[in-house]
Parts: sequence; C-alpha cells; structure tokens
Amino acid sequence: MASTRPNQLFRNKSAKIAAIPMIVTALFVFVGGTAWTIVYSFTSSGLLPRLKWVGLDQYERLWDTRKWLVSIENLAIYGLSMLVLVFVIGFILAALLDQKIRFENTIRTVILYPYALSFVVTGLVWQWILNPEFGVQNIVRGWGWETFTFDPLYNAEIAIFGILIAGLWQGSGLVMVLMLAGLRGIDQDVWKAARVDGIPAWKTYLFIVIPMMRPVFITTLVLVVTGIVKIYDLIVAQTGGGPGIATEVPAKYVYDMMFQANNLGQGFAASTMMLVTVALVVIPWAFLEFGGSKNRG
Amino acid sequence: MVETTSHSFTGPHGPKPKKALSRRNIFLYGTLFVVTLYYALPLYIMIVTSLKGMPEIRLGNIFAPPLEVTFEPWVKAWSQACTGLTCDGLSTGFWNSVRITIPSVILSIIIASVNGYALANWKFKGANVFFTILIFGAFIPYQVMLYPIVIMLREIGLYGSLTGLVIVHTVFGMPILTLLFRNYFSSLPEELFKAARVDGAGFWGIYFRIMVPMSLPIFTVAVILQVTGIWNDFLFGVVYTGPDSYPMTVSLNNIVNSTQGVKEYNVNMAATIITGLVPLTIYFVSGKLFVRGIAAGAVKG
Repeated sequence: MASTRPNQLFRNKSAKIAAIPMIVTALFVFVGGTAWTIVYSFTSSGLLPRLKWVGLDQYERLWDTRKWLVSIENLAIYGLSMLVLVFVIGFILAALLDQKIRFENTIRTVILYPYALSFVVTGLVWQWILNPEFGVQNIVRGWGWETFTFDPLYNAEIAIFGILIAGLWQGSGLVMVLMLAGLRGIDQDVWKAARVDGIPAWKTYLFIVIPMMRPVFITTLVLVVTGIVKIYDLIVAQTGGGPGIATEVPAKYVYDMMFQANNLGQGFAASTMMLVTVALVVIPWAFLEFGGSKNRG
Repeated sequence: MVETTSHSFTGPHGPKPKKALSRRNIFLYGTLFVVTLYYALPLYIMIVTSLKGMPEIRLGNIFAPPLEVTFEPWVKAWSQACTGLTCDGLSTGFWNSVRITIPSVILSIIIASVNGYALANWKFKGANVFFTILIFGAFIPYQVMLYPIVIMLREIGLYGSLTGLVIVHTVFGMPILTLLFRNYFSSLPEELFKAARVDGAGFWGIYFRIMVPMSLPIFTVAVILQVTGIWNDFLFGVVYTGPDSYPMTVSLNNIVNSTQGVKEYNVNMAATIITGLVPLTIYFVSGKLFVRGIAAGAVKG
C-alpha cells in the first residue's frame, strides 16, 4: 500500500495540516518558551533580555529578596490552608448533597456560581465585605459588640487569610462538583454491604468510599494545586499585595519584576522556581497515572 | 376501581414514609440552608450595594436592602467611572472584551476541534508526542511563557493589539479543548467513520458532514468553557494589550483600585456586577453543560 504513495511526509496530509497549530504551540510556545525562560534566568537581563551569563546570581538574589521570601511563605500558607479546607469543605458538601435530598440542583447551582466569576470580581466583592468600616466588622459592632475586630485585609499578620476566605468561596464549589461526581460513581452495593455489616456512615466514607475515590481525589488535587500556584488576579484585585508586602505571591513577583521593575532576569528566575514547584507535583502524578498504565497494558 | 381498592386494602404498601422532621433531616437541611446562604450572600451584597446612594452606604449596613433604589451607580459605572486617566467607565472595556472573546472562542474551537478530530481518527506518526507535550504544557505556570510570547508577538508586530491577545487565548485554550474534542470524537462509533470512508468521504467531508453535526453538545460545552474563561482572564489582558484595548476585567480593577479621592463603593459594586454578568448569565442558563465543561477539565487524557 505504502509503495503506491511516493512520499511518506504527504500521507494523511490533511490531518497533518490540521495538527500544525498544535505542533507549533507544543514546540515553540510550550517547549521553546519554557526553555528560553530557563536559559535566560541564568543571565543578567534587565530591561531587555540579553545573553550575558551570570550563573546562579539571579537565584541567589531571588532568595535574598524579602519580597520573594514573603511571597513563598504566603503561597505556602495560602496553599496548604486552601488545599486542606477546600477538600474538607468540598467533600462534606458533596456528601451532604448525596443524601437524596430535595432542591439538590438549586443548592448545587448556588454553591458553584462563584466559580463562574473571575478572580477580579471575587477579590473586589470580598474587599468590600471585609472592609472594616462598612463590612462584617461594622455589622457585628452594630449588634453591640463594640470591640469586635475583623479586618484581615488591613492587618498584615492575617491578610493572607482574607484572601483565603475569598479563594475558598470561589473554589470550593468546583471541588464539591468533582467529589459529587466521584460519589455518584461508587457502586450502591458498597453502601448496602457496609450497612449490613453495621459500619457507621462516617467510617464507611473514611475507610471505604474515599479510598475508592482515589482517582477523583488525585485529579482534583492536580487541578487545585496548579490553580494555587497560578494565583495572581485575586491578590491584585483584593489587596494589590498589601498592606505593605503582606499578601505578595510568586506570580505577582514575576509580573512586577518583568513588567514594572524592568528586571527581567529576576522575573525569569522566579518563574522558573514556579515551574519547579508545579513539576514537583505534576511529574509524580504523571508517573502514577500514565507510567503505571503501560504495565497494565 | 373502588372495588379493587377495597379488596386489596390490607395496609399501606411500599416502604414506611420517613418522618419529614427527623433529627437527621433538620441537621441536614439546616446545614445546607446556612451554607447556601453563605455562598449566595456576596452576590446579594453586590446587588444591594450597587442600588444604594452613597449617603445611605455611609450610614450603614451592607446587608440592608436599599431604602431608595437608584440606578445611577450602574449608569456611572458603565459610562463615567474613572480609571485614573480617562473617565469613560466600563463600556470601553466591555466592548474590548467582546472583540477579544468572540474571535478567540471561534478560532480556538475551530483549531482544537479539527485537531482533536485528526488525533482521534487520522492518527499520524508522532501525533501522540505532540499531544502529550500539549497536555503537559497546560500545567506549566503561565508566568514561565509570558515573556517569550511577548517577544514572539513583537516579532510579528501584534504585541499590544487585540489580535495578539486572540492568538494567546487560542494557544492557551488548545490543551483543554483538544483533549475535550479528541475524547469525544474517539467515543463516537467507529463504524460510522469507516462507512463514510468506504463511501469515499475524505478528511474534511467526514469532519463537516458527520463529526460536527453529531457533536453539537460538545461544541456547546466548549463555547461555555471558552467564553467564561476568556471573559474572566486578567493576566493575559494586562500583559498583551495596551490601555486602549484593555479587556473588561482590567478596566474593572483599574476603576476600583486606582481611584483617587473619595471611593464610591456603590459605583464599584455596580461595575463589579456588570463585569460578572456575562459569565453569570452563561452559568445560570447553561446549567448542567457548565458542570460538564468543568468535569471535562478533570478528565484525564
């Protein structure tokens, strides 16, 4: 068959043409762009990129910069709290919705709508609600508790938790929907068997259902973690990184360095660190998910 | 009918109805009610605040419904609010967003659906290598590729223009959309494809006459996914466009966060809700399809 066609390259031509955008994106943007940034993170690029090697200088400076250290610390605090809470809240809500209740659709619709909103909108709404002069603090004081203080966005110590409140409001609906899909995928016989054996519901969830939902948990985990590392617009809208530098995050550090401080080298080094963070999560996941499947055939 | 009932009526059939007010139900519905209220509250506060006058806001309670409903903040947010330099409100940003979103959605879906179709039905050597790179690319933080793309766009003279941003959205929409279409086309019965081949249909013939008409739901899911994603984008908008072509999210942020002098909270909230209106409408209208779009993002390749 192949001998009737003279040139291998032109076999299945239309499909290859259709795939050109993918090939260009994969090679030039994803591989090329990433490699370019990593290479230039070892240079002294300032306003413009230039190939003047400085070894690990940019990285040393990065880890000496207070703003970066604060950014990393914030990402760690926000990330860990977000991860734990979004899973706990998302799973509990999904379990509650899975009790054959009425109005399930209405409740799910209300809990998920924040996810349709942009981070900018989310940040601005919560900036308003957490405004101490008019928002929650003012309301509670109005009820007679005069010394009540709740001003996370104005208190550098806890400002990152003000962001967390908004992030949870926006993102927990997504986890709930994914978990609910996972729960619906569990065979009803499992529940019947557990009931016959007299195992209490919470134990069934903890020791039988959740382990069975491992694939759902892992995909959700990957989605949530990559979302956390990317967090940027929420901060810009809600606090602008303030008060002071209390809510700075790595993604914002990168943007500020590249497009405001004209310090490209720092931006490249910082973004490479972000890439390393994501790789630490995604590569093990890819091995578990796809590496194992080869053995299974 | 009367007879049969009287005959067979020896007691109620079916399971015993549960008491509606069991302790379990009170706890269950009580919790869900409070949770639902919590999630709904910010939307309520946005709306209520945007309908009040400033004197009323200063007096008081962000939860209270407006005593006097005024639409002035909405008008102001739309056409007069200031972003530091100019004072033409959100309308410019809105139309920029429309001019960004429509071509981006169309272009990204055309490219990704044809590509997904090629990957599903016309696999060529090496296709999977590129596809794997594409999927892993979806996990690379955007910040890593931000500047190389600036250079690429500058080279072709599109940096700072709407067209440039459309290309960026198409590129970054590609992984998820290609995955979505590839998986869907693979799930269609193969006999269909083979029969069309036997009848002499080629690559494009099968795509337009069989694949597209059979896949309208997945196209709808893709549209929902892209419209909300692109409309809500902030980072690409701020990096790849200039002040004249900023999308709505960027203008909104500038209106609210860069005002000097007295902050007009009602105008800010009106602007916020106007910006959220497009994705919210899509969300409430599309219902289950929106959820399907999310699930598509979670499905592994």
